[in-house]
Order: sequence, then structure tokens, then C-alpha cells
Amino acid sequence: MSATEAASLDLVEDGGALRLIPRGRWMLHEADRLEQVIDEAVASITSPVTIDLEELDQVDTSGAWLITRFSRDLDAKGVHVELSGGSPNVHRLLDAVHSAEQEKAPKRQHVSVGRDLVEGIGRSMYDSAGDLEAGLSILGSVTRGFLRAVVKPARFRITSIVFHVDRAGLRAVPIISLMSLLIGAIIAQQSAFQLRPFGAEVYVVDLVGVLVLRELGVLLTAIMIAGRSGSAFTAEIGSMKMREEIDALKVIGLDPNEVLVLPRILALIIALPLLTFIADLSALIGGGLVSWIYVGLPPSAFIMRLRDAVALNTLFVGLIKAPFMALIIGIIAANEGFRVQGSAESLGARTTSSVVKAIFMVIVVDGIFAIYFSAVSY
Amino acid sequence: MAVRGSKTAAERDVVIRGRGITVGFEDRLILENLDIDVYRGEILGIVGASGTGKSVLLRTILGLQAKQSGSVEILGTPYDDADERTRRLIDQRLGVLFQQGALFSSLTVLQNVELPMREHLKLSPRLMEELARLKIDLVGLATEAAERLPSELSGGMIKRASLARALALDPDIVFLDEPTSGLDPIGAAEFDQLIATLRDTLGLTVFMVTHDLDSLYTVCDRIAVLGDRHVLIEGTVADMLAFDHPWVQKYFHGVRARRLEA
Repeated sequence: MSATEAASLDLVEDGGALRLIPRGRWMLHEADRLEQVIDEAVASITSPVTIDLEELDQVDTSGAWLITRFSRDLDAKGVHVELSGGSPNVHRLLDAVHSAEQEKAPKRQHVSVGRDLVEGIGRSMYDSAGDLEAGLSILGSVTRGFLRAVVKPARFRITSIVFHVDRAGLRAVPIISLMSLLIGAIIAQQSAFQLRPFGAEVYVVDLVGVLVLRELGVLLTAIMIAGRSGSAFTAEIGSMKMREEIDALKVIGLDPNEVLVLPRILALIIALPLLTFIADLSALIGGGLVSWIYVGLPPSAFIMRLRDAVALNTLFVGLIKAPFMALIIGIIAANEGFRVQGSAESLGARTTSSVVKAIFMVIVVDGIFAIYFSAVSY
Repeated sequence: MAVRGSKTAAERDVVIRGRGITVGFEDRLILENLDIDVYRGEILGIVGASGTGKSVLLRTILGLQAKQSGSVEILGTPYDDADERTRRLIDQRLGVLFQQGALFSSLTVLQNVELPMREHLKLSPRLMEELARLKIDLVGLATEAAERLPSELSGGMIKRASLARALALDPDIVFLDEPTSGLDPIGAAEFDQLIATLRDTLGLTVFMVTHDLDSLYTVCDRIAVLGDRHVLIEGTVADMLAFDHPWVQKYFHGVRARRLEA
């Protein structure tokens, strides 16, 4: 590269006629400064000018554009502009730039904040109706696929189900047990602290037993699985949607709900009750440990007390809910996955919304079950 | 070495100089002791059977792929042991069109083209938008396409938009990875023509990995054939036709090639 001076624009008065001489390298790195220079020049020039391109050392598209814009702006002001001199290279670039259109598409209409808010609320209501419809449609196809498979068991994708039970179930055992152990311990410690003034510390066992078995074991497991596996399902199905793999399945004559969603949902329905059972046991162990250390209740006494406090139905109240929660997590994950559009951003948004919706729905359903069980006094 | 034009190889300005490039995955060598030169202002076509490492070579030159040994010099600067600042300066003078376009999916075409300018330069928003629209127009995209997201574009439009982004900083060298794959013959011919025009107007050097015989015949000044882990031969189409190697013979004398010779 030859050593060249910095870009500049010189104004020369040549016997009454104005000559503008761009010098040096009109390149992208100078464009910001040059833009200001030409804008100032446009404002100050009122009589006809010649732009002399002879002194230009180097020019790229940005330089060519600035010169073009310069002469256009002057033209628009009613000032006559003439270009002179310059190498064929400069002119080739100027021609290419000159023919380029600079129409702008109309900008999006500005809408008032109030209207935005109302519109947003309306849209989200409308969307949740759509969610419900889409969820029911997935439930329908999955049920149909399941019934078909019941009639003809060879249709069950055993390998796929086992794979997902392993991934969503078995591999979640360590984190679920650890989490539940800590939850059980925390509940025991907190309730012991509250019950101590009344000398009712032994009721720690009742509290831990009932709370964990009926509600918390299944709820926290479901929340963990919604975050852990629901998000994975959405991302998997979503990226398959992005790469047209879902369309490929349809064209081959396979129902994506049957091939992708059914095995995942079945795997969750198998795994979630099992994980809930493990969560219940670890929470009881956690509660037992804290009772032993903190309250001084030995394990044998803890177990004795637990026998009186909870019955088999307490355990079942929790476990019965697990498959329903699995179904909800699976359907929401699949629905969100199918709604992924072409962009990476949409994949992220759908995965987030899958987890948020699944956790919310799991808690709502848990509430409904709680009302139901107390109504039937189970 | 066969070179088109009156100048000899020594006189011409070498913009990319690769020496002894060796790249392998695990125990399998893809490229071994490969030498390559790219001259200023030329369109160099890289061909070779699938799996001979064309894309690997491109990625190696760009520093996206680690190499076991060898050196790459870009625009007279050794790229391998350049510090971060030097590398960034060199990177700004390169443009890459990836095989799938690699447009950022959450940005519109206009934003995609503006991105390199926004990150590397200080420009007024107005000038940045004007320059981006200029590039979009130069690659032959309609004005309306600027506001669209990549997922709303056809295959040919994605290639053009991606080329516009590659041209955003007015690079010296443009790398194209199979630019015409997936385009219909008319679209591919137009794209070839576009590259030739841009080379002439913007003074680009083009490094093009391709499978497209039409491109090789119509726009490439020079062709390098990869095979057996190195460059089998480089030169013009005529050199290819005369070269005695089974794959090269088959490639340039195949049914598809013979149609073009006629």
C-alpha cells in the first residue's frame, strides 16, 4: 500500500468558479469524519461547483457513496454540480453506487403506550386460548397414538421410551434426592424451632411426613423435571422444527406427535412417580436426620411416630398426582417446541416459556388436587 | 505454476500465502504439507472430491480450525502469531460467505449488514444505514428484503444477504464456501456474474470453494484442485484438462464438463 495522506475535502476558488477537491483515501475508516465534512460543505455552498476527483488516491464504496450523496444533496438544494477527472476505477465505483436505490421502507407506525398495553393483554388472552387448543390437540394425537400402540404393542417405541426414562428419570435421581434431602431437613429444622416453645417438638415428624408426602415431594420433583426435561424436550423439538426435520417426518408419513412426543410423555409418566417416591424417601431421611441431631429424636422413635402420623393414603395422595404432572409438562414442552420459528431467539423464548408455563401449571394442578382430596376427605 | 496474465508469479501481489499446512482430526490427516498462494484481484476456485478438505482449508486460513503445523500469511502479515489487535485489523479486511449463509437469525437483513460496521467503526446511524442499504442493493436484493428476517428469505436471497454482510467493511479478500450450491442454474449464473462484477468494481480478491463447473469455467481465473491431502494442481481450465490424474480427468472430462467445453 502506498503511503498516502489522510482524506480531506479542499475548497478552491478558481476565477469565480468553485472547485471542490477530495484528496487522499476516502475509505470506510474515515467515513464518519468525511460525513461531517460534506454535511458542512453542503450547508455552506450556494453557487455552482465542480467536484474534481483527480486527487483521490483510494476510494471504497463508502467514499463513493459520500461523494454521490454530496452531489445529490447539493442538487436537492438547487446547486448545480459537475464531476470531473478521476480514474476509471473511481468512476466504475461511482456508477455502481449511483444506480443503487436508497428508498426506505416505511417505518413501523408508532402506537401509544395505552394501546400497546391493551393490545398486549388481548393478544396474550387470545394466545392462551390457542395454547389450550394446541395442548388438547397434542393430547388427542398422543392418546390416539397410545391406543393404537395398545392394540398393536409392536408400535411402542420401546428403545426411545427407555432412552428417555434413562435421561429424564435415572439421571435425575442424584439431584432429586439431594434436593429432597435438604428440603426435608429444612422443614424439620424450621418446624422444630417453631414447635419448641410449646414442647411439641415431636410433631415435627407429622409435619415433615404429611407435608412432604402429600405436597412437597411431588411438587418439587415436578418443578425440577419441568426445568430439567421440559426445557430439553422443547429445545429438541424446536431445533428439529427449525431444520425442517418435523416436516420431513410428516412427509415420510409419520406423525411427529406419535414419534417424538408420545415416547417422551410416556417416559415422563413412568419416571415422575418413581422420582417422586425417591424424593419422598430422601425428604423423610433428611427430616429424620435433623430430628435426630436437632430434636434428639432417635431414628426408631422417628419411624414409630411416622407410622402414627401418616397412612398409606398420605403417600398415594402425592404419587397419584405425579403422572398428571408428567403429562402436563410433556404436553406444554411439545407444544412450545412445535411453535419455534426460524430464529435462535425464538428457540430461546419458547424454551423459557415452556419451563415457566409448565411450572405454573404444575402448581395450579397441585392446588386443584388439594381441593379435590380435601373434598373427598382422602 | 501456470498463471494467467503477463506477469510472472513473483511479480504478482500475494494476499494469502499458506505454507506447509497440516491439519488432522485424531489420527486422520486431512491436509498434509499443503502450499497455497492467492494473488490480489483474482478469483481462485478450490475444487476437490467430497472430503478432501476444501472447507477445512478455508477454515484453517481463517483461523477457525487449528492446524498441526504450517503457516498462513494474510495481506503480508503472519496470521498465526499475530497479536489480538493485528488479527482484528486483518479480520476487518476479510469477508466470509458461509455455506449456509450464517446470517444472525434474530436480526433483519439490514441489521445483519450493519453489525460489522456497528462493532468496528464509529459511524452515524444515517450513514451506516445508507451504506448497508447500498451493499444490499449491490448484491441485487430488493429494497424490501432489508427489513426481513433470515427465516423469511429464500435460499438465493440468504446467499445474497450473507454476501452483503461479507462486503460490509469493504474487505480486500472475500471467502466463499460453495456460493452457488442450492441455487437454481439461473440463480447460480447470476451469482457468478455478481461476484465477477463486484471483483471488478470493488477490486476484491475472491477465494471460492465450489463444486460448480459453471463457476469454474465462467468466473474463476485460476483453479486449485485438492486431493491426496495437498494441492494436486493449480492453473487455468486448460491446465486442468491437460493434467494427468484420474480424478481431475474424470471431473473435467465428465459428461457435465463436456457440455461446457462445447
